[in-house]
Amino acid sequence: MIITDLNSILPVIVLIAWALITLLLDVWFSKRVPALTPIFSAVGLTTVLVLILRQFGHNASAFNDMIRVDGFSTFLSCLFVVSGIVSILLGHEYLKRVGIREGEYYVLLMISISGMLLMASAADLIIVFLALELLSIPLYVLTGIDHKRIESKEAALKYFLLGTMASAFVLFGISFVYGATATTKLIGVVDAVTNGTANLFLLVTGAALLLGGFGFKVAAVPFHSWTPDVYHGAPSPVTAFMSVGAKAAGFAALLRVFSLDFTMLSEDLLPIFWVLAAATMILGNVAALAQTNLKRMLAYSSIAHAGYILMAFVGFGDPQVLQNSVASALFYLAAYAFTSLGAWAVVVAVEKNDGSGNEINDLTGLGKSSPALAAAMTVFMLSFTGIPLTLGFWGKFYLFRTAIQGGFIWLAVIGLLTSLVSAYYYLRVVVKMFFVPGEAVVQQGRTIVILAVILALIVVGMAFVPGRLFNHAAAGVIAGF
Amino acid sequence: MTASINPLLLVTFSPLLGVLIILLLGKRYKESARWVALATSLVTFGIALWLLFLFNAADGGIQLEIKRPWFSLGGNVISFHLGVDGISILMVLLTAFLSPLAILSTWKAVEERVEGFMSFFLMLETGLMGVFLSLDMVLFYIFWEFTLVPMYFLIGMWGSQRRVYAALKFVLYTMVGSLLMLAGILWLGLRYGGFNLTELTSATIPISAQLWLFGAFGLAFAIKVPMWPLHSWLPDAHTEAPTAGSVILAGVLLKMGAYGFLRFNLALFPEATLKLAPWLAGLAVVGILYGAMTAFRQKDAKRLVAYSSISHLGFVMLGIFALTAQSVQGAILQMVNHGLSTGALFLIVGMLYERRHSRLLADFGGLWKVMPLMGTLMLISVLSSVGLPGLNGFVGEFTILLGTFNSPFLASPWFAVIATLGVILAAVYLLHLFQQLFLGPVTNPENETLKDLSLREILILAPILLLSFWIGLYPKPFFMLISPAVDQLLVLIQTAAQTVH
Repeated sequence: MIITDLNSILPVIVLIAWALITLLLDVWFSKRVPALTPIFSAVGLTTVLVLILRQFGHNASAFNDMIRVDGFSTFLSCLFVVSGIVSILLGHEYLKRVGIREGEYYVLLMISISGMLLMASAADLIIVFLALELLSIPLYVLTGIDHKRIESKEAALKYFLLGTMASAFVLFGISFVYGATATTKLIGVVDAVTNGTANLFLLVTGAALLLGGFGFKVAAVPFHSWTPDVYHGAPSPVTAFMSVGAKAAGFAALLRVFSLDFTMLSEDLLPIFWVLAAATMILGNVAALAQTNLKRMLAYSSIAHAGYILMAFVGFGDPQVLQNSVASALFYLAAYAFTSLGAWAVVVAVEKNDGSGNEINDLTGLGKSSPALAAAMTVFMLSFTGIPLTLGFWGKFYLFRTAIQGGFIWLAVIGLLTSLVSAYYYLRVVVKMFFVPGEAVVQQGRTIVILAVILALIVVGMAFVPGRLFNHAAAGVIAGF
Repeated sequence: MTASINPLLLVTFSPLLGVLIILLLGKRYKESARWVALATSLVTFGIALWLLFLFNAADGGIQLEIKRPWFSLGGNVISFHLGVDGISILMVLLTAFLSPLAILSTWKAVEERVEGFMSFFLMLETGLMGVFLSLDMVLFYIFWEFTLVPMYFLIGMWGSQRRVYAALKFVLYTMVGSLLMLAGILWLGLRYGGFNLTELTSATIPISAQLWLFGAFGLAFAIKVPMWPLHSWLPDAHTEAPTAGSVILAGVLLKMGAYGFLRFNLALFPEATLKLAPWLAGLAVVGILYGAMTAFRQKDAKRLVAYSSISHLGFVMLGIFALTAQSVQGAILQMVNHGLSTGALFLIVGMLYERRHSRLLADFGGLWKVMPLMGTLMLISVLSSVGLPGLNGFVGEFTILLGTFNSPFLASPWFAVIATLGVILAAVYLLHLFQQLFLGPVTNPENETLKDLSLREILILAPILLLSFWIGLYPKPFFMLISPAVDQLLVLIQTAAQTVH
């Protein structure tokens, strides 16, 4: 049994081991062979990706049902690892020119990803909490890794303090659930409720606390206030990774725990989710309007995108809707990941060594000085807006369809109208790049431009053949028990 | 016809081939981009003519249909579904006809980033073709929204002073409507199990839902047309856009709205249409008068032509919502007429601007003496827009008014009577435009040395004006193309009228 158990968490084990070896290698060899650490890390993540792909189509339960390998976990795991690989490419040149020690970046990145992988397949609330800490703590450090810049340190402190509070929420929530049902196993909670042994009041309280904790991670209003400061203060490659990985991990926890354990509470939770989704969409988009800094704008936009995913999740009480809720969330997270990583790649490309140069005005004239990068950025902005022939359009299409299927037409209308608001600030970026003369220049080598163009091609190319990704997302169901 | 390629696919995607060639040639061959774009659009026009040859005018249904499942999403199949009928074929021909002329008009006007301009223009042509040919609602929406992107860049990069404002306004206005339309499309798809337009026409949608859906779709289309009071994006977009952009914007893009009303609102929600027809006809009449009166007050020639569009499109909308065979046929023909005459007016104003870098009426006067040829062609365009018998505008407007007068659904001749005022007003403001530009003495010495039309410019205008004469003198072939499809569409309305009573 122990072999199959270990086999099911093999990617996590390999990744942690690899991270530790990388740490040693970095200490010994980084002076002589500076490129060794990033290459070794990328190879490690690719190996892990292969190990995850091997699990595709398999359903397994391990460690006395504390770990679940299913379509949901494999889909998200792939997403985490791919965004990790992209983050290595994003970071390499940037860190060198800004003067941040590289080695720790890769190691912490890998440890954080291992926490995310664990989160994707957690089937026990204790594992959920452990995974949450494992993925968060490296992120706190990464946020402050640029210790010469005061904003980076400030962001790290803010993220750490508020993040621990969110962890406390989760832990507190878990203890309520345990108090209500005498178990931390997700399956056990369901059993306790169906057997009638659960204390429903305690359970609802627990669910609400968990929602607060996870809401912090996905940056849902009113737990969003850390996002703009942290996204702004952290070094851009870290933010790129955080905007995708941390958000997807938060949703991994939210989707699995709520769709397994709390569907029977869905009627009580419905108004909370409704308001949460609406507030997140409205506040994220409206606040983004007022931003002049690109990183802050992208931060608010990432809040808004969490709102769209929540919108599709409001109807999770109906099993038919639930299936689409999960699938559309997975699809959207994938679409969002490519778009967001691409947009952050542009930030990395234009940011100056002293951390300035990330105002929206700093993009003026990029269309002339680097047409390829500006064209790629246009694609990302259109994809964020949800204009057709980008992955973002299909993502929103599916989310809105799910919301309407659940009968939440007004929520969908709010979502659609807030997308209109978002069109204004996304298009403003395009205006700056192409319609206003200026002298924006790319601050580093061609690699970052090539990376952005590749991501843009993925965002556009896959929009022509979204069928396969839809199918994978639809297969990403959370295995019932 | 086993292995041959469907002409609809060709006509839709051949412009993209031009984009590909332009991108491959790159920046080194600046002039080549123009020739590639012109050649591509001419080939597309050729394919459109071939399409006309294959088209059976006696059949009112969908022809040359192509349907391939694209992918499925939660049980709904989204297919790549194209088809042409009597309503869309004229729109396809109009798009294919105006595109090469518009491209030819940029020869001197666009000097910067030519390859970008041409690529966006050809992408726009593909988008427009797709809008008119799609029979799957999702595909339609994709093309509909996609047309925003190239138009946004055409206005924003090659427009005049207030181009950024105009481009953003254009996109945001259009998106308000289209996002609600998306909600409507999703609701329909979920409730009736698919996005196939031909299957949905036979679905019976309860009247309460029809009214909501009519609103969701209708708002998108009414903004695009634009109907009063949703028109305020139009004068800005038209005025700031480069000439070729204005031509395609007025000539074809506005027709997307009117076409949408015919294809979606009338066909899918006939009962709601019956209920709301007098209201929409009322708005159309207001638009006719408002557009005409505002046009008269303009000091900028291009803005004047832009406002005249609001008035002319009012006639189209009136014709559509009078719901008689005559009026709807007239409306469809008037869509083509407006594309021709307003296109010609925008082109001539653009040519004036190229010579004088001004569009203010006050800067001109007496141009007839300097440029008699341009004066003659301008006069013909103006008269065609006014609706002088013997030219195209007359046929369209007359048919619309006749059909509206007798419409049993509007139940009042007043709509037609007041709208007729619009015809008179059109004569007033358009002849005012002509007089200010071409008649009287040459007041401004700068105007004395202007060169008359070049051969290229004559080549641009001549086909449009010839076609105007053809429609004006012998419109029968055009009506023959339109009428079977209109009859079929109105059967739906009549059935709905019977169930309501």
